[in-house]
Amino acid sequence: MEKSGKNLGRLTAAPHVVWAVLFILAPLLFVLYYTFTDAYGVFTWENIFALKEHANTFLLSVSLSVIATFICFLIGYPLAYIIAGYKEKSQKIMITLLMLPMWTNLLIRTYSMMAIMDDGGFLNSILGALNLGKVHLIGTKGAVIFGMVYDFLPYMVLPIYTIISKLDENLLEAARDLGCNTVQVLWKVVLPLSSSGIVSGITMVFVPSISTFYISQKLGGGTFELIGDTIERQFQNVSTYNVGAAISLVMMILVLVSLAIMNRFADEEEAG
Amino acid sequence: MKVLSRIYTALIFIILYIPILVLMLFSFNSTANTGDMTGLSLYWYRELFSSPDTFNALKNTLVLAVSASVISTVIGTAAAVGLCKFRKNFWRNSVLSVTNIPMMNPDIVTGISMMLLFVFLGNAFGSDEKLSFFTLLIAHVTFCLPYVILSVRPKILSMPRALPEAAQDLGCTPLQSFFKVELPQILPGVISGFILAFTLSLDDFVISYFTTGNDFQTLPLLIYSMTKKEVKPDIYALSTLMIVAVTVLLILSNLSSKEKNAERRLTL
Amino acid sequence: MIKKYCLLLVIGVFLISSLTGCGETTEELTLNVYNWGEYISDGSEDSLDVNAEFEAYCEEVLGKSVSVNYTTYASNEDMYNKLKSGSATYDVVIPSEYMIEKMIEEDMLAPLDFSNIPNYEYIDESFKNLFYDPENTYSVPYTCGMVGIIYNSEMVDEADLGSWDLLWNENYKGQILQFNNPRDAFGTAIYWAGDSVNSTDTRVWEAAAEKLKLQKPLIQSYVMDEIFNKMKNGSAAIAPYYAGDYMTMYDSNDLLGFYYPEEGTNVFVDAMCVPACAKNKELAEQYINFMLEKEIAVANAEYIGYASPHTLVREDEEYIAYMEDWHEDAMEILYAENSGVKTEYYESLDADTLSLQNGLWESLKIENSVEPWIYITSSTIVGALLLLFLYNFLLKKYRNKY
Repeated sequence: MEKSGKNLGRLTAAPHVVWAVLFILAPLLFVLYYTFTDAYGVFTWENIFALKEHANTFLLSVSLSVIATFICFLIGYPLAYIIAGYKEKSQKIMITLLMLPMWTNLLIRTYSMMAIMDDGGFLNSILGALNLGKVHLIGTKGAVIFGMVYDFLPYMVLPIYTIISKLDENLLEAARDLGCNTVQVLWKVVLPLSSSGIVSGITMVFVPSISTFYISQKLGGGTFELIGDTIERQFQNVSTYNVGAAISLVMMILVLVSLAIMNRFADEEEAG
Repeated sequence: MKVLSRIYTALIFIILYIPILVLMLFSFNSTANTGDMTGLSLYWYRELFSSPDTFNALKNTLVLAVSASVISTVIGTAAAVGLCKFRKNFWRNSVLSVTNIPMMNPDIVTGISMMLLFVFLGNAFGSDEKLSFFTLLIAHVTFCLPYVILSVRPKILSMPRALPEAAQDLGCTPLQSFFKVELPQILPGVISGFILAFTLSLDDFVISYFTTGNDFQTLPLLIYSMTKKEVKPDIYALSTLMIVAVTVLLILSNLSSKEKNAERRLTL
Repeated sequence: MIKKYCLLLVIGVFLISSLTGCGETTEELTLNVYNWGEYISDGSEDSLDVNAEFEAYCEEVLGKSVSVNYTTYASNEDMYNKLKSGSATYDVVIPSEYMIEKMIEEDMLAPLDFSNIPNYEYIDESFKNLFYDPENTYSVPYTCGMVGIIYNSEMVDEADLGSWDLLWNENYKGQILQFNNPRDAFGTAIYWAGDSVNSTDTRVWEAAAEKLKLQKPLIQSYVMDEIFNKMKNGSAAIAPYYAGDYMTMYDSNDLLGFYYPEEGTNVFVDAMCVPACAKNKELAEQYINFMLEKEIAVANAEYIGYASPHTLVREDEEYIAYMEDWHEDAMEILYAENSGVKTEYYESLDADTLSLQNGLWESLKIENSVEPWIYITSSTIVGALLLLFLYNFLLKKYRNKY
């Protein structure tokens, strides 16, 4: 009885596995095909060798994503913790309020961010009126990082919040009784217990922000390119599909490896 | 500490909402200017209500987002539950890695490769129109799945393993134990997965572009195609109305759920 | 909460079923038109709803029940990718000239039956027999236009105008905008140098790339659609863009001026074509013909603001009055082909030139964009994380010993 129950439990993953094979792995075959052929469909390694030209762009994208993810964590963790401390009703409202800005179109949101930060925008008008000079924001790396944090913050907060909101209050009390101060409770009890939420949050922010392209084009003023822009441009023409496919394949593998490393440590955390 | 945390939360919400307030302001602009205020008017709201295309696109977007998020939540939750029962780490990690692929691929790669797949399948089955609402739906479910699984999985990991076992020892069938014991435990994760999926589906442009048929245009597709000329402020008016509508719904549901609050402890 | 979501689910399913249900009505013909966004008079802002007019025309004149299924795209390349894959069928598309050339080469367009398009006679002679369709078999021009330089007369000195070198003028550092796509951006540098934008000569492209690198420190942003807001609110002073779009910008900021650079500039034509996969070719041709009816063409030209290749439109007094009400020199600016400005079309580039252009563009973007603080900060974060993992790992090992 027990055994069949366990098998049944595993079977619930079956629809997803089938879905993943059909709609994730099968399209990937097309990416593979383009990676290892040239514009005429002949097998070649050339696309892979050509990748070193894009190394700088890739490094820049990864670095910006790391910083953005870290800032998201620094801002998002306390926010998730604070929200989880409110009454049930307020929690519900705050989570919806957190998501609501994301329900307006990205393009429109970015336009209004630009209307604020642009050289002739609101912020500079206000600064000008106060005789404080001008700040040039659009076109800086800071603006791109801000855009990433703005757009991905909810993806950090939600998984962490769902974990913290159901933490056993008794555990925290026990820690306090044993002489921990607030910081120690956070560091030694709450943080390790919410590690699985953190891993989810980091994945959901870091991974998409590497390949983002709209934010860098608009808030970055187009003065530099991220790997997402490069790939997107390669896919504008059928004759350069191959290079684009190669870049995205290699990027995929690198990201998967780094995620695997992170998950490994997180698993150990879980086990310990 | 309490005051400090309130200030902190308020600050973040203010920053989150400043761009939204700015776009609301522009929706009342008297000219087609989205970089500068020239005067207040309701012109763009009148324009909005005289353009059936925009509302049709909105309807399409909502239908798609609701169905994609429901389907991906069901499949994703089931998968997250099942995955934890995998005995071999290798298989579990492989499935999880594969799941993450749509999240890390640039949208255009996912979009084009799925389009190629649908064309391939369409040719294989001799279908005339290869793309339709259903291919679009499949694509949306695919890129929503990782987010659902990533939301539900932490909840399952942090749930005491003994709980479902205890339930089954007490005579529950596996199905009963799932719906009566596990689901209530992981519900917050399921709901946040649903919200994330809905949000993503609502805003997607690139993947939708390549996987939609010739008769189903969503709001993001409509908006992005305007960039050849200029995005018209009636879209701003529409966004404003949507935000106001959700806020009103929020307040209403809040008022009506006052009495039930005590017993409904496991919802968000 | 669960109940609510179930309700949503039911509503969703219901909506979908009602949606798919409406495909199987009477023998109504559907015409799939695929056009740029905001590129047709659609009834908004008191304009004529052209597609509805066509449906009415079919009902009354042709005695057919037709519904126009009108969808939009954002770029030539997007449209091409979708048509090329064979994933969806359309009856009318409106690509630009270089894309038409490429699509003809790849047999993606159907030859038109001009007996169904009698209004073709109104197309200006200068738009017939062009390089992309030398025999006039596949395309009917819809709009046309030229690239010029838009400047803010309050911020730019009158004496600096006239040439492409305004985009390289150091006095306006940080106030200049440039196209954010390689073809148009390289175009500005190549026109300035007086070479051909369709050159396959590596040296031409490399010289242009050098020029763009020289220009980069002066550039505020590389832009596409953001240009409207930036020029309107005075965030930037100088930008190259299309004459028709200048009209739109002038509408909300009358400080903006416009000129065509003396060295020559880009001219484009967007033309109506019927893809080879079209299902209702005859109806598509009737649609194209309808678009050339004077009243309809005027409505479109007024709505879009771009120049029209239609001779009757150009002479129509009501149209001229409408445009001059917009900008007093509108007619001279929009219809400048014969004013002595040198122009050159973009032709479809071969694969090698294309990848050369892409490579040069990427190195332009990475130029000067390496800021050490980014790498230092990110590697510190990664390093700290690794240390933390290691510390935890060792701690656990140590604990497990006892």
